[in-house]
Amino acid sequence: MVPRFIRLLVIVGLASAVNARAQDANPDDSAVWRKVHASLFADAPIEPADAVVTLETPRRAEDAAIVPIAIRSRIAQGKSRYIDTIWLIIDNNPSPIAAVFRFTPDSGRADMETRIRIEQYTHVRAIAQTNDGKLYMAVNYVKASGGCSAPAGKDALAARATLGKMRMRVDDTLVPGRPALAQLMISHPNDSGLALDQITRTYAVPHYVRKVEVTYAGKPVMRADVDFSISENPNFRFYFTPDGGGELEATVVDNQDLQFATTVKLDAVRGGAASSMAQ
Amino acid sequence: MLHPQRLDRERCVPQSRWRAAPRRRGILHVAVCAAIAWSATAAARPPELPAFALENPAPGVYVHYGQQAEMTRANAGDIANLGFIVGARCVAVIDTGGTYAVGHALRQAIRGITAVPVCYVINTHVHPDHVFGNAAFVDDRPDFIGHAHLADAMRRKGPNYLNALRRDLGDMADETRVVLPTRAVSTSDEIDLGGRTLSVRAWRTAHTDADVTVLDRSSRTLWLGDLVFVGHLPVVDGSLRGYLAVLAEIRTIDATVAIPGHGRAASWPGAVAAEERYLQGLLTDVRAAIKAKRTLAEAVETIGGERGDWLLFDAFHKRNVSAAYAELEWEE
Repeated sequence: MVPRFIRLLVIVGLASAVNARAQDANPDDSAVWRKVHASLFADAPIEPADAVVTLETPRRAEDAAIVPIAIRSRIAQGKSRYIDTIWLIIDNNPSPIAAVFRFTPDSGRADMETRIRIEQYTHVRAIAQTNDGKLYMAVNYVKASGGCSAPAGKDALAARATLGKMRMRVDDTLVPGRPALAQLMISHPNDSGLALDQITRTYAVPHYVRKVEVTYAGKPVMRADVDFSISENPNFRFYFTPDGGGELEATVVDNQDLQFATTVKLDAVRGGAASSMAQ
Repeated sequence: MLHPQRLDRERCVPQSRWRAAPRRRGILHVAVCAAIAWSATAAARPPELPAFALENPAPGVYVHYGQQAEMTRANAGDIANLGFIVGARCVAVIDTGGTYAVGHALRQAIRGITAVPVCYVINTHVHPDHVFGNAAFVDDRPDFIGHAHLADAMRRKGPNYLNALRRDLGDMADETRVVLPTRAVSTSDEIDLGGRTLSVRAWRTAHTDADVTVLDRSSRTLWLGDLVFVGHLPVVDGSLRGYLAVLAEIRTIDATVAIPGHGRAASWPGAVAAEERYLQGLLTDVRAAIKAKRTLAEAVETIGGERGDWLLFDAFHKRNVSAAYAELEWEE
């Protein structure tokens, strides 16, 4: 279970904060990574990802709260060989396992663009598992932003006011069998709950999206277990393979078990868009 | 630039009608001045902190100009404009600097000017370069005054700011901590310093979600915090649309001199023109990128702007594009 594991790693992440800079030279030296490698992958060998996925990150987190990243697959999602899982790990965040994305052959491409919070200088990793169980890792080093940029959201009240509003759209012209790009936007504060109230000595209540599921014509194309390392107002860009019309449906669950859903009706040739409020 | 050591004699002579009441000009006052004259040249400030210069643009109004830079050990975190206003009964401090040491230097400078007590410390917003000197004033037991959202913003962001400060400044960050506001301003508040009144106004989300301005009516000096940058590229850490809306409103405030959060004091409202132009351009360019279905990453890489016109453009422009994009992509 990811959530419980995240709680454990929060402690590890905080403890490693002080050493963050010393670890920048060699990604294998990261204490957090060694723990994640042991816990998630039982120390299984991981190959360099060059031929399987690439990871795009800025060299510096310009805005610590909104750092765009892209994971791009280098292999087609075939029936016989495809990427089934991609882990997104941010070593020096309080919760290093930012996301676990799951794909199917119906995804078309195992690509994902999203935005993350960067607390401090850190390695960011995308670890892809193909359906034969093999693991591949792409890793980038990202410098933290300057001292007046914080990972917390910019306007806490505004974020809560529109909580649960969603938008999904498909921009590509639809060609049956050809992967089409979709974008899902979720209005949500995605609060870590790590802010300490200095008067009451209590922590804020965490409130973040923990699960996203997208189906096309009833079949799953992208699932994600995520947490508060994903930026406020989580945003995901991913692919699915249309075969004519049908519906693209997204379901979102947060850690307080609030559920949100939105559906885009697609016709045979054009994309579409939909927005919905909290249900 | 005025330099503390050179000014000790001048400062210890009452200069304005807002100067301390006559009884303060007696033995006590002389003793304080003597103590300050000694401390300013000896143990008062950590050796690494640059000379703490003050300017005096209006009677009883003192400004310290921070360097136009990101926080580094070279500037010791002294990068924001700070200052204070002296009334007959009270001093109000407006922003306290990027570290405890900067706040301490400001406090020493105040004691070099006047023995009137510091009753109020106003934080213009949450950013570390403006609030991390607060701890140096705790012994004065002032009201710490800020926007009604400031306490929440400090709680959410303070720990990260402290980590970044320790990372970037090392031991120069010693003794720096988060000191929360004790008096919240929801819309506006009047602060009586004795013989002069300050008007503190809270604004909707703009530069941050906790911006206040301070107007000294008697000198018509308007302290803007980081709602206005002069020279230094403006930074969007709240809402770009809110920023432009607030600027349109504050430019109608009746003031003569504007003291920005970064950069030199300027005439009002002329001080705001360059910033408005940059922010309006940012709004137009980011909206166009979203309409053209460019991604956030593509927008950050492709949207230029007035690179030659600003200091610290490379440090903050991409960040502004990111923030603006994340806000504007939700527009209908």
